[in-house]
Amino acid sequence: MFKSLVLYLKNADPLIQMSAVAIVLTLIGIVVALTYYKKWGWLWREWITTVDHKKIGIMYLICALLMLFRGGVDALLMRTQLAFPGMNFLDAQHYNEIFTTHGTIMILFVAMPMLFAMMNIAVPLQIGARDVAFPFLNAVSFWLFFFGALLFNLSFVLGGSPDAGWVSYPPLAELSHSPGPGINYYVLSLQISGIGSIATGINFIVTILKMRAPGMTLMRMPLFTWSVLASCIVIIFAFPALTVALALLGLDRIAGTHFFTMLHGGNPMMYVNLFWIWGHPEVYIAILPVYGIFSEIVSTFSKKYIFGYKSMVISLMLISVIGYFVWVHHFFTMGAGPGVNSFFAVASMAVGIPTGVKVFNWLFTMFRGRIRLTLPMLWTLAFIPCFAIGGATGVMLAAAPGDYQFHNSYVVIAHFHQTLIGGAVFGLLAGMYYWWPKMFGFKLNETLGKWAFWFFNIGFYVCFMPQYALGLMGMTRRVYTYPAATGWGTLNFVSTIGAYLMGIGFLFIVVQVLYSIRYGERDMTGDPWDGRTLEWSLPSPVPYYNFAQIPTVNGRDAWWEMKQQRKEYSLSSTKELKPIHMPNNSSLPFFMGLAFFVAGFGLVFNQFMIATVGLIGVVVCMLWRSLEKDTGHWISVDEIKQMEAS
Amino acid sequence: MMNKEHLSKKSFPWAHVIGYVGSIVLTVLALWFTVKAPLSQGSIITILLALAILQILIQLIFFMHITESRGPAYHSIAIALGFLFTFAVVAGSLWVMTFNSQVQ
Repeated sequence: MFKSLVLYLKNADPLIQMSAVAIVLTLIGIVVALTYYKKWGWLWREWITTVDHKKIGIMYLICALLMLFRGGVDALLMRTQLAFPGMNFLDAQHYNEIFTTHGTIMILFVAMPMLFAMMNIAVPLQIGARDVAFPFLNAVSFWLFFFGALLFNLSFVLGGSPDAGWVSYPPLAELSHSPGPGINYYVLSLQISGIGSIATGINFIVTILKMRAPGMTLMRMPLFTWSVLASCIVIIFAFPALTVALALLGLDRIAGTHFFTMLHGGNPMMYVNLFWIWGHPEVYIAILPVYGIFSEIVSTFSKKYIFGYKSMVISLMLISVIGYFVWVHHFFTMGAGPGVNSFFAVASMAVGIPTGVKVFNWLFTMFRGRIRLTLPMLWTLAFIPCFAIGGATGVMLAAAPGDYQFHNSYVVIAHFHQTLIGGAVFGLLAGMYYWWPKMFGFKLNETLGKWAFWFFNIGFYVCFMPQYALGLMGMTRRVYTYPAATGWGTLNFVSTIGAYLMGIGFLFIVVQVLYSIRYGERDMTGDPWDGRTLEWSLPSPVPYYNFAQIPTVNGRDAWWEMKQQRKEYSLSSTKELKPIHMPNNSSLPFFMGLAFFVAGFGLVFNQFMIATVGLIGVVVCMLWRSLEKDTGHWISVDEIKQMEAS
Repeated sequence: MMNKEHLSKKSFPWAHVIGYVGSIVLTVLALWFTVKAPLSQGSIITILLALAILQILIQLIFFMHITESRGPAYHSIAIALGFLFTFAVVAGSLWVMTFNSQVQ
């Protein structure tokens, strides 16, 4: 195995060799810095073994931003290759690997962790809870995600990236057509992080249903919490389909079965079917919490209660149910009959209705509101037209006969980037700006943020609008180059400029974060935006037990009501403080993730000894946890008083 | 989350063992019918569906405490939703894949 790895690196593209060197240097740098500043103990005690939902949220956010950088570099490499006809920047193989990793990383290792970050940071605070229902499981979820992402990212320096597209359809993804470890990396890393995602889904459903503060009925919950509930329902029903699809594909590749090969009666179409039973609900998993974020932001920065709260809740739930009946629109051209295609076409269009209801509710909330154009609000405003175009082109694609023309062309690329960037990315950035003071205790600089906003937004339209035209002109996706005679050169060049503008926008965000760590406006009140929900009743950053006293909720937008009635939720009533029960930190989630990583790495290279060691590690961790007596710890009233005073 | 009564009652969890063994037996039976049984495709699919329904019942009764107590309304909504999605996946997949019989 190691010989072949060395051989791979020797023959690899110089780009990959340079990345390998950069990775090694970065790792050495991190180790030296941690040792020099004596931070190992701090890292271990405060972060790696933590079960605190706020810290886990921050770790998700950091990983998501790093992965956004990686996925973004992939995008720029592709756009550079496509800037001119007949470019020689990337070869076909390298291009295949890059579009595969770009898609997989952006969906599973950027969108998912970023929304898990928002969920972790905001949901327990919004419902008045001290932590999630299962804090230990929450840490397990994070470390499974982390090691899954690590395994996936190792692929391009150790043995070769997956190269069969982010969907990895057989027969292309089978051993016969894609030998080597690439697709194994894809299968195992998604499987490992997928277990974590399902656990997160269960964890947050239980948290939301069982951990609400007294008085917070379901219909008084903030809309972000509602949207997370909707998204988690989709997670637990959709992710098992991916687990099954990947398990069968993995068995085909590693154990020599024939689930998806025609050879012994297997059927590759079944993979496509299973993949999209997960794959389409997955986009709702990513977009539903974002609707919640926008609802919070629109309401806060218009100084109004959200318009049509009930219809917002109903439409969230409808999307999560109807979203489950649309998956076939990803393969209308597979050849199913008109009955199947018509049903799924109509269902796909029907999803647009509750979504439209939400957009109108946001607009009506803004109507005659006192709008403040802060960064979160700017991203929200930019989302509305962008998502409206994305939705309209979505209905075009949902029409099955039309889809026969658009399928596999750049129209599809432009459409889903418009919904996933214009929806999920704008929303998650808006949420990041909104909750940043709550997480870190300071605001991000507005001026630099506006530069980032305009570069990213203008860049977005410059990049993706030409792609609709290119698609209609006949340019198909996943081609690494095209001849000049096609006449696609100019539009592709414009699109590449747009991609670079977005890259500059991302750099502005990086600069903004670095600048604001030093000079950002400190949040002394805990309520920098004049917020409406309970998280803004707490100091920033929030003490680790969250609420010294669990608040009693008397209505929607609980904190806003308290402020209106000038009823300070506060420290005045310290007499009534009681000791708080909190969960203990644990190193097991980290070791469990590590064991899964070792098992996954072994299976990628068919090294069953290594895999067995890893799996034994997993079992040992589970047994350890089952037999361990971990009853948590109590914080005394004196300690709470001390922390509340500081 | 567990209350004290629950903790003090330390009887052996027989229900879990029965459920565990039952779910494994059903899985092995399903595998045996697909690989070894000399039956037509249609009857194998019917048997698999029946085994799958039994499997769901085992999970609900032995692991998910469906018989234990009456909870809030969302319990029944969640179960109904679960059945709806299960039906969507199984019936939907069978329906979507029917064209395959004409292709092969």
